[in-house]
Amino acid sequence: MRAPLEWLHDYVRPDLPAAELAERLDMTGTKVERVERHGVGALDAFVVGRVLEAERHPDADRLTVCRVDVGGGAEASIVCGAPNVATGQTVAVARPGAVMPDGTELRAAKLRGVVSEGMILAEDELGIGTDHTEILVLDGGAAPGTPLVEVLPIATDVLELEITPNRPDCLGVYGVAREVHAATGAPLQAPPWSEDPGSAGGVEGVEIEVRDPDLAPRFTARRFDDVTIAPSPPWLKARLMAAGQRPINNVVDITNYVMLLTGQPLHAFDLDRVAGGRLVVRRARDGEEVETLDGEVRRLDPDVVVIEDAEGPTSIAGVMGGARSEVSQDTTRVLMEVATWIGPNIQRTSLRLGLRSEASARFEKQLQPEQAMEAQAVAAQLMVQLCGARLVEGTIDVGGPGPEPAVLALREARVAGLLGAAIPSGRSAEILRSLGFGVADGEVLSVTVPHWRRGDVEREVDLIEEVARIDGVDRLPATLPARPDRGGALSAEQHARRRVEDALVAQGLYEIQGWSFQGPSVADRLRLPEGDPRRGAVRLANPLSEEQSVLRTTLLGSLLDAAAHNAAHGHPDVRLFELGAVYPARADGHVPAAARGPAAERPGAGELPDEARRVGALLCGALAPASWRSPDAPRADFFAAKGALAALLDWMRVPWSVQSAREPFLHPGRCATVLLDGEPAGWLGELHPLVAESWDVQGAAGFELDLDRLAALAAARAARFRDVTSFPPVRQDLAVVLPAEVPAARALDVVRKAGGDLLRSVRVFDVYRGEQVGEGRVSLALALEFQAPDRTLTDEEVAERRTAIAAALAAELGGELRG
Amino acid sequence: MIERAQHLAAEARDAVHGASSTADLEEVRVRYLGRKAELPQMLRQVSQLPAEERGGAGQALNEARRAIESAVAGRAAELEEAELVARLERDRIDVTLPGDPVRELGRLHLITQTRREIEDVFLGLGFDVAEGPEVDLVHYNFDALNHAPGHPARAWTDTFYVSEDVVLRTHTSPVQIRAMEAAPPPLYVIVPGRVFRPDSDATHTPQFHQVEGLAVDEDVTLADLHGTLLAFARATFGDEREVRLRPHFFPFTEPSVEVDVSCFQCRGTGSVDGGRCPLCKGERWIEILGAGMVDPNVFGYVREYGYDPERIQGFAFGMGVERIAMLKHEVPDLRLFYDNDVRFLEQFG
Repeated sequence: MRAPLEWLHDYVRPDLPAAELAERLDMTGTKVERVERHGVGALDAFVVGRVLEAERHPDADRLTVCRVDVGGGAEASIVCGAPNVATGQTVAVARPGAVMPDGTELRAAKLRGVVSEGMILAEDELGIGTDHTEILVLDGGAAPGTPLVEVLPIATDVLELEITPNRPDCLGVYGVAREVHAATGAPLQAPPWSEDPGSAGGVEGVEIEVRDPDLAPRFTARRFDDVTIAPSPPWLKARLMAAGQRPINNVVDITNYVMLLTGQPLHAFDLDRVAGGRLVVRRARDGEEVETLDGEVRRLDPDVVVIEDAEGPTSIAGVMGGARSEVSQDTTRVLMEVATWIGPNIQRTSLRLGLRSEASARFEKQLQPEQAMEAQAVAAQLMVQLCGARLVEGTIDVGGPGPEPAVLALREARVAGLLGAAIPSGRSAEILRSLGFGVADGEVLSVTVPHWRRGDVEREVDLIEEVARIDGVDRLPATLPARPDRGGALSAEQHARRRVEDALVAQGLYEIQGWSFQGPSVADRLRLPEGDPRRGAVRLANPLSEEQSVLRTTLLGSLLDAAAHNAAHGHPDVRLFELGAVYPARADGHVPAAARGPAAERPGAGELPDEARRVGALLCGALAPASWRSPDAPRADFFAAKGALAALLDWMRVPWSVQSAREPFLHPGRCATVLLDGEPAGWLGELHPLVAESWDVQGAAGFELDLDRLAALAAARAARFRDVTSFPPVRQDLAVVLPAEVPAARALDVVRKAGGDLLRSVRVFDVYRGEQVGEGRVSLALALEFQAPDRTLTDEEVAERRTAIAAALAAELGGELRG
Repeated sequence: MIERAQHLAAEARDAVHGASSTADLEEVRVRYLGRKAELPQMLRQVSQLPAEERGGAGQALNEARRAIESAVAGRAAELEEAELVARLERDRIDVTLPGDPVRELGRLHLITQTRREIEDVFLGLGFDVAEGPEVDLVHYNFDALNHAPGHPARAWTDTFYVSEDVVLRTHTSPVQIRAMEAAPPPLYVIVPGRVFRPDSDATHTPQFHQVEGLAVDEDVTLADLHGTLLAFARATFGDEREVRLRPHFFPFTEPSVEVDVSCFQCRGTGSVDGGRCPLCKGERWIEILGAGMVDPNVFGYVREYGYDPERIQGFAFGMGVERIAMLKHEVPDLRLFYDNDVRFLEQFG
């Protein structure tokens, strides 16, 4: 909303510079996005002039050399290109030094050899109109030398306002004036609709039928005869231009002017082109078509309201007029229509048709029925004044004004209780009155809501907001809530998730934030077979693009996207991780947390996906940057990924293991399922070469785990002290030859079980396959550490455990001790 | 013999002092204390002396030997230290060569880093951290937050829909309702999380992150909101910062405010080095979030869970995590957060 100060000053004139006024409005809830200078600069250089003499330029047919009286006894020679310049005219003159609306500075110049000391101006050159064919001829009242700004609104500051959707009353200059009055205390003039030249009752020759009053609460119309279509006077054009509208002709300009002033859109019909002199307001029929003012043919549906005459729809209610009954140069009779529509309905129509207009933008915020007659009153004054029109008796008014005003109580204690600072009742009353509320004093204020705030102020708390914003929320004290009962804390799971992040960062991994959306092709690129639950992706009904049309079911896609981005930018060696949500479609019978409890009963609860948190990691290429001491870092592979996983899970103190497994996107021989506390919770492995190729990354390995489960397990396991320092450990190595197909993890399980409580740890420190152990056999070298928490172990105790371990390896796995 | 021993001891002491290296010193030691040296030979001969002489001679000879040994040991320590000093002096490296870390450290993403910083401030102010689903019901995302059926935010142009009743949440505010359904007042929570809106340019990405705050109690006031956000702004942007509440409109708060922090680049003056401050554009204040007192209509949706709008009141606020990060770290383009370029990531976290 653009509010030219020159216009605003008709109704309120605060004694403040524009910037300070803007600040004051900002701080009382009317956001000023910027203050713009509209029109010309260097105002001293713009004066009224009188053409004393106008002669043909000696060397140019179309130019006239004028001698112009510019006041104070001075004359200027000015070369003019307009055809209508003539001796005796009073004109607008720019002298050298003048700054034109586009910011250029005017200088004296020679035109075809004749010096021109300035310019005789057309209205577009002043920013007060669009006409450039002729110079502006002023009426003769102003003496030469009079500053032009005293005659024409050639420069004004314009407030560019952001009006919040709850304040449609501020979508007009007078509404803004009310706010300025409340915010600054400057006196407010009576509204422009205080005097209505019109009368009530029926209008001859015009008939209106409203068939769907639920969508058209009020419909008013007045008839004007003897209308002369002409350009609007400069002051009106100037205001429209400053407010951002192009002048067209007096009637159309009046509708725009009144809308900009009152906030209420109007529509002028050429009454002679309203077939049958009768308008019907009704829902459109499905598929019905109408040609709008912009020349487009629009297809409608029954939620769109149309206004039709005997020949069919002429306009789309509240959105755009029709071409057929538009006011034209030949119009002599005007039917001025001002109506109230239902905001959400207009919004729907405007969205559905892709048609937004100044009118629809106002109607969709829900205007009040009273505003319709306010606009009729102002329009009637101007039609008579500017178009020579005769206002025909009567006003058609279907629907009438809105409901009786609400009366609300405002308690002083409630104001203080909500704001945390007292505002005396007297001050509240003063503020509310300044905003146009009726206030009856008393212990409790009794406040009557004016019609233009009907949609916004319905409760005591709404009054408190009014009082607070004008009194100044910036002046509230800064206090903290008094809450004696407890402090804040992360939950154990939230704390565990931070530890997961920290553990991966400590291992040199970079965290990424991937897209929650992806293209449907990701499932193919990951080689997910038909029927894989990870193909059950949730699809957006209105995606931005096909590449962002489904929700991810695994973090691997976004990790690969990030790796590919970096590889393409010269960084193929990356170590990445992500903690984030995946959103697989719901598996049969499973109810996600989001759909439990009260949510279970809500519409759509059955459509919520199985949203869950995951942690994923992806290592590509070299595991560390080459350094001057170690030029060849090891490269990402299964064991690098497993090492990162092991460090993470051991640090989280979660019992875990892996089992050989298959995943369609992983190398079939280098792939495992990760079990947390015995339950499958994710995958670990090297990428399938075809998957790596699809993303153009090399040598990648990673893992992905159920983060909710990991965090829950970690949260349930506080670290407990074990005494490992009071008594010395006994360390022994043991080499065992096993059939090659026995997994190392199985051998370690057997050793742990046989070793019992005294075996504190066992770890593989060497693996050997070759001649010395024979075909189909593998030798594992194990480091054993025995320790008791309450005594120093004897050699006999250790020997006994070692014998038991050897026996178990032989019996259960066919293992033989070496050496 | 005794005199000879004393003479040898004195001579040896001089030689020891004259030794200029550990090798020299070893030679001196062998000369006076080696198997074939005079003093040890004299010591071996003591047993052959008459009994009455043995005691005195033995004592004198042993004293001489100990004196020499002690001198050698002392000198050896001196020489070894000097030689170590000399060796270390020669053993110089180019300290300006790059370090070779035991293990390169990774990075938290700037969003996570910022989210944690925000969380930590509010944990310290007594708030818990609540979470909720990113795909949520229209009921939680709009209806229960007092968005009228025709509210523009509900439009397909402003919200990603999965179905008529299911959306990608457009803000973290739905968790306000879920948190109130889950626990009676007093409730003090913040809600960090990912949100979605169909927009894409330098200042909009279709996903971004917010932190919501909600404090509900019998006597929580708008002044308490002011104090809470002042504490946040100072912890985040510096101790000298001020915050300013400006009236605004949101469907789910009444009164509603926008909150500005005094510019931390120009210290609230609007100018830097005589020119207009590039951060606040000369405005002196930077908008950081929206907030307000919870609208009683919102409590109306959770009344049965202990939230009677006649008895309790509260404040709520919501801020963009990326916006805070962009302001603090001067990141010019929101899309950088989601490129996950390691050259970007390594600058933070």
